[in-house]
Amino acid sequence: METLQLEKQETIAPLVTQVSGSVAVLEAMIAENVNEIFGYPGGAIMPIYDALYDYQNKLNHILVRHEQGAIHAAQGFARASGKTGIVFATSGPGATNLVTGLADAMIDSTPLVCITGQVFAHLLGTDAFQETDVINITTPVTKWNYQVTDATEIPAVLAKAFYIAASGRPGPVLIDITKNAQLQVFDYKGYTKCQHIRSYRPKPIVRKEYLEEAAKLINEAKKPFVIFGQGIILGSAEKEFTTFIEKGNLPAAWTIMGMSAIPTDHPLGVGMLGMHGNYGPNVLTNECDVLIAVGMRFDDRVTGRLDKYARQAKVIHLDIDPSEIDKNVKTTVPVWGDCKETLPMLTALLDKKDNSAWIERFAEFAREELNTCITPELNPESEELTMGEVIKTLNELTGGNAIVVTDVGQHQMVACRYTKYNSSKSNITSGGLGTMGFALPAAIGAKFGAPQRTVVAIIGDGGVQMTIQELGTIMQTGIAVKIMILNNQFLGMVRQWQELFMDKRYSFTDIKSPDFVKVADGYGIAGRKVSDRIDLAGAVKEMLDFDGSYLLEVMVGKENNVFPMVPQGCSVSEIRLK
Amino acid sequence: MNKAEYTITVYTENQIGLLNRIAIIFSRRKINVDSLNTSPTEVESVHRFTIVIIETEDVVRKLCRQIEKQVDVLKAFYNTEEEIVWQEMALYKVPTDEIAEKVKVERLLREYGARAVVIRKDYTVFETTGHREETAGLIRALEPFGLIEFVRSARIAIIKDSSGFHEKLKSYELAAPGEELVENEFLNQQDEVFTM
Repeated sequence: METLQLEKQETIAPLVTQVSGSVAVLEAMIAENVNEIFGYPGGAIMPIYDALYDYQNKLNHILVRHEQGAIHAAQGFARASGKTGIVFATSGPGATNLVTGLADAMIDSTPLVCITGQVFAHLLGTDAFQETDVINITTPVTKWNYQVTDATEIPAVLAKAFYIAASGRPGPVLIDITKNAQLQVFDYKGYTKCQHIRSYRPKPIVRKEYLEEAAKLINEAKKPFVIFGQGIILGSAEKEFTTFIEKGNLPAAWTIMGMSAIPTDHPLGVGMLGMHGNYGPNVLTNECDVLIAVGMRFDDRVTGRLDKYARQAKVIHLDIDPSEIDKNVKTTVPVWGDCKETLPMLTALLDKKDNSAWIERFAEFAREELNTCITPELNPESEELTMGEVIKTLNELTGGNAIVVTDVGQHQMVACRYTKYNSSKSNITSGGLGTMGFALPAAIGAKFGAPQRTVVAIIGDGGVQMTIQELGTIMQTGIAVKIMILNNQFLGMVRQWQELFMDKRYSFTDIKSPDFVKVADGYGIAGRKVSDRIDLAGAVKEMLDFDGSYLLEVMVGKENNVFPMVPQGCSVSEIRLK
Repeated sequence: MNKAEYTITVYTENQIGLLNRIAIIFSRRKINVDSLNTSPTEVESVHRFTIVIIETEDVVRKLCRQIEKQVDVLKAFYNTEEEIVWQEMALYKVPTDEIAEKVKVERLLREYGARAVVIRKDYTVFETTGHREETAGLIRALEPFGLIEFVRSARIAIIKDSSGFHEKLKSYELAAPGEELVENEFLNQQDEVFTM
């Protein structure tokens, strides 16, 4: 198949050229300013890969070791860069391996466009080799999906895919392209970006009367409390949000996904919400009189027991997705819309106010938490290392300028509690789905998405073994990712629950690990293992200073617990400090 | 909150796979769909789903928002029984000799507003349209006479105070008309294509 070099046509009359469906796919990528594609070839997507052979100077394809790695890498890329992540995979097992990542991207609103190959259209439904019903498998975990059986559909369908993935509340889109459509040569009339779909309204219309009502509530409030999520980051509204809280002097707490939208040491930032969040924001949720939720979705890990959640408060909910309003928490005033638009409108209506007495309440709780939880974690007296002090050491050496990618479990909670962030899009974690194995591939993607920044993946000894094959991707691409394994020789979070709620019956949480440094060495990746406090800072520095990828395994206390904790089924005000 | 019967009306693009996308919104929450009908509308290229479920209003409102969130859905409404005019259609197959001998067919037809669609030597097919009670009434009347087969259609409903979908659609359209449905045209070419 000959690739036609399509130079940018500035002329009005579209130049009709004969191209294959595969070339049309790649031309769409170029028109959408795609640079990185994370993928893995296979039978049913071979025509696209064949076309890609001639596009190597325009598109950077990163060969992963497993399709799940490809999609998590694309997620990390999207979260670090703010752009849409691209995945190529083949039919059948290639496509089904994407499902976890799709579900993760769906629940964490990450824009992705995934292209899967499919068997020839005439074979659909015949149980052909590597045929699965990808469209129906992925329907619940995609914002939109579509099967292309005819190449002429490709430009318009991909334009739609890019538009849907990134607009409104972002999400993953999957396009399944049958092999005949990839091979089919058709009259290509160029690529036009999609700007509008009549059945799709990404941004609800902003209703002024609600903004006025919301402003009135905030101005009259004695104990206003802002809680915010990833909506701020996705809407690039960090500045607008900071102006909003600063004008009203509003204390603000972040969800795990909203973290890094404002610097963690911002004077109005009062910490993290949720099960392992900070003491003050959890307890005071049930004391505030007006709760202002911005771009967050009241996940059960944030709210705890719903019937005891902020019952005393009037709730203002700003969200771009109308289906989030009243989904979990009844709203007094709904503010539909893109927070980049609604926040400035709301800020304009706010009175300048001094809430210092109320903000002091958060500080009181913070002091108590510092004494009971934080100091013992960050400056332990025990011989064993704690996860917290590893993070503290990392903060001291990065100054809070690194992108920190975390996996799922205890290390994730500790990292999110203690990592210092100076800038947005710096905390990349699997929040909603809680996907172990997310961090290693996501960190690879994040580094491609923000090559000028240091990317540190913090992973548990359990999670890293779920996608450890992606060390191969690091090896082949030479990408510089710093990997920190916090090894407590347990599946720590489950063990913590077993200890606290199941009489220490440690059922299958005692996990054996290989010699991670040797494994890294096998992949040509430098590494080191430390278990003594005296070596920690030097080892972290060595990792950060190393030119290239580096794996640092830190042996930490086996049976440490993450506190504070809101036990399941309890109210946020019943948060335990120990 | 009490559960009640709600009729959900969904205006959509005509897209393959959309039925599944809508159906899984119910099945994901383990909600049974009592009746589901798809049909064209007064607007070309716009399709209409009529779905009946028994749930609380709170749940129905959330379901509608989830449905409306789907890219290919134009609009979703929900209504109680009082707010709609609705009909269901039913067909009944009975042995002709039984009917002819034992019941006065005319009486049945009048009483249930039914009509005979097919009359053959071996069987007769009646048809009636109405509410659930009415179509169920004729089953009871025919059961003693060897009802062979019965089928009832999904509900179709018109919202009493709706002014149609034309106006609403115009506001969505801007420059984008509905897209043509592309079906798989290669399915019948199996023998002619060489594959690898």
